[in-house]
Amino acid sequence: MSAPAVSADAQPFRFGDLPRRLLDNFRSGNLGGAPILIALAIIVVYFGFTADNFFTAFNFNNIITQMAGMTLLAYGVTFVLLIGEIDLSIAYVSGLAAVVAANLQLPDGRHLNGYLCIAAAALTGVAIGAFQGSFVALIGVPSFVVTLAGYLMWQGVIIESVQKRGAIIIQDETINNTANYFFSDKGGWIVGIVLSAVYVIAVLIGLWGRRRAGVSLGEPWRVAARLLVPPAGILGVVAICNHDPRRGMPLALLIIIGFAFILTFLAKRTTFGRHVYAVGGNAEAARRAGINVARIRILVFMLSGFMAAIGGVVLAARLNSVDLNAGGGSLLIDAIAAAVIGGTSLFGGRGEVRNALFGALVIKTVENGLDTQGRGAGVIFIVTGAILLFAVTLDAVARRLQAKAGR
Amino acid sequence: MSHAQVSDKPLLELRDITKTFGSVQALTDVDFEVRPAEVMALVGDNGAGKSTLIKCVAGIHGIDSGQIWFDGREVSIHNPKDSAKLGIEVVYQDLALCDNLDVVQNMYLGREEHDWFQRLREPPMEIKTSETLKSLAVTTIKSIRQPVASLSGGQRQSVAVARAVMWNSRLVILDEPTAALGVAQTEQVLALVKRLAEQGLSVVLISHNLHDIFEVAHRITVLRLGRNVGVYERGETTQQEVVHAITAGSPTKVAGIPSTAEAEA
Repeated sequence: MSAPAVSADAQPFRFGDLPRRLLDNFRSGNLGGAPILIALAIIVVYFGFTADNFFTAFNFNNIITQMAGMTLLAYGVTFVLLIGEIDLSIAYVSGLAAVVAANLQLPDGRHLNGYLCIAAAALTGVAIGAFQGSFVALIGVPSFVVTLAGYLMWQGVIIESVQKRGAIIIQDETINNTANYFFSDKGGWIVGIVLSAVYVIAVLIGLWGRRRAGVSLGEPWRVAARLLVPPAGILGVVAICNHDPRRGMPLALLIIIGFAFILTFLAKRTTFGRHVYAVGGNAEAARRAGINVARIRILVFMLSGFMAAIGGVVLAARLNSVDLNAGGGSLLIDAIAAAVIGGTSLFGGRGEVRNALFGALVIKTVENGLDTQGRGAGVIFIVTGAILLFAVTLDAVARRLQAKAGR
Repeated sequence: MSHAQVSDKPLLELRDITKTFGSVQALTDVDFEVRPAEVMALVGDNGAGKSTLIKCVAGIHGIDSGQIWFDGREVSIHNPKDSAKLGIEVVYQDLALCDNLDVVQNMYLGREEHDWFQRLREPPMEIKTSETLKSLAVTTIKSIRQPVASLSGGQRQSVAVARAVMWNSRLVILDEPTAALGVAQTEQVLALVKRLAEQGLSVVLISHNLHDIFEVAHRITVLRLGRNVGVYERGETTQQEVVHAITAGSPTKVAGIPSTAEAEA
């Protein structure tokens, strides 16, 4: 532990060092996104060989549209987990937001523009988040209890407001498109290329700024990976989507990837995100450093409500309706599990928004695979539960390894 | 008052500080002073009032009566922001670091540099962190981008001290900085304390470890049961004398007046 000088990157990179470094990272509990990607690969290969019609572009597009709504909820709850809290209300907040949007678009009712309906739904989610977050941040009621109360209350509101009609049919194109619109092959490529270009340019601007300031850019292979892997991933996914004979890339995919980028930026590159991690890591230290901890907590619950609302609209759009079951089923558990399987710690302070996407992918791929194999809901619950337990165990072990490596 | 005879004007001077919590008299007419570029140790048994005194300076507790003078003028400190504005930084025993954040992130915690879009400006933060650590000769930290959780106890203390120093502070108060450290780590931190004084900062060092204190402090203020026992010149006293002052008080000393020749000053 004695280097001559302080610098951002200590030694030059040599390929020969890579295995040792990876091993060091694993030993010190710094697992990053590795376990989730390995798990995903194993799952895909397994079902690819054992389930008919699983390893097809058509089914890939199915999985994307099935997971989209839940993934958006998982993004929001990732932020809540990052500050060391929990939000159990998200599923019914999403249901309630969908009810709001569905009610406003009714042709025999308000018949509002689709975008306005979505905005109203989002506002509902934000307001509920502010309401619940205030109890947590200002009064100090445990978030588990506040959001458990929300879980009951918002479910009740959904039942009360949908009961009269039974179900509300959504006819608005804009809303329905969020889950059911597929780009043409050409459109998919354009979206993929534009998204990749925007990303690469943003990264290059950042690198240029560092270079101008005379700060080290980091290890070359890391820079290359940061520049190339996400665009390669995006374009690869577009290629798979376009392989589907009937449909192209779903709009839902653009929505979940777009939010992944925006929220990762928010978490990693803004003062707000920095303070979220600080509050999750050591709230007392954050408070003493002058961070308004209560404000951060409320904002995070508002963000969680917002993402739940957007997710709720996408989920309702997939069914073209909302009914008494809006926000029910395994939605809540799936969303939280996706965040946790993605490596976000329940103890706060550690986790990545983008890994919630991979967590959601794991859950929905397993569900889809088992379903394709013709297994029932029972097996799906058992397997998902086992994966969740494994992921949380990994988190606990990683924490202990980190504590050991720390001193 | 003691400062009448000394050549240096004190940077921080407390006069007749009294503080009560309900019926408990925590501080009674306590005097305390630190000169520029001086390491002043503050010692006393548990309950002597060290922490209370420091918290009064840090703006966590208000004082009931008495005066606080800083840099030759009387000031009032009502909250931590007031003391930070004066250039007083406190490094508490628990360090108040976020383990999950890296060194740069901790150094700038709550005072991040950002643009109009609230976007973090990492390059200047990295440069300043690197410079600050270098100026304090903290060279054992491999990368300023590694999480604080992976640092040793001495390194963590160094980061906490560096953070306190970075903001143009003039007085750094260290609360038991070596209490949780091993021998080598303690040496590291004590060397850091010496360097702070060499760079012209005043340091208040609270510690139970007299060996540490005799290694770095210029003078030693002893409190007992919320009252002054005395101020001792390091070169003119012994550990036994200080221990006696801490445990029994010292009837031969009058509060606030150094026991021996002032020539040392």
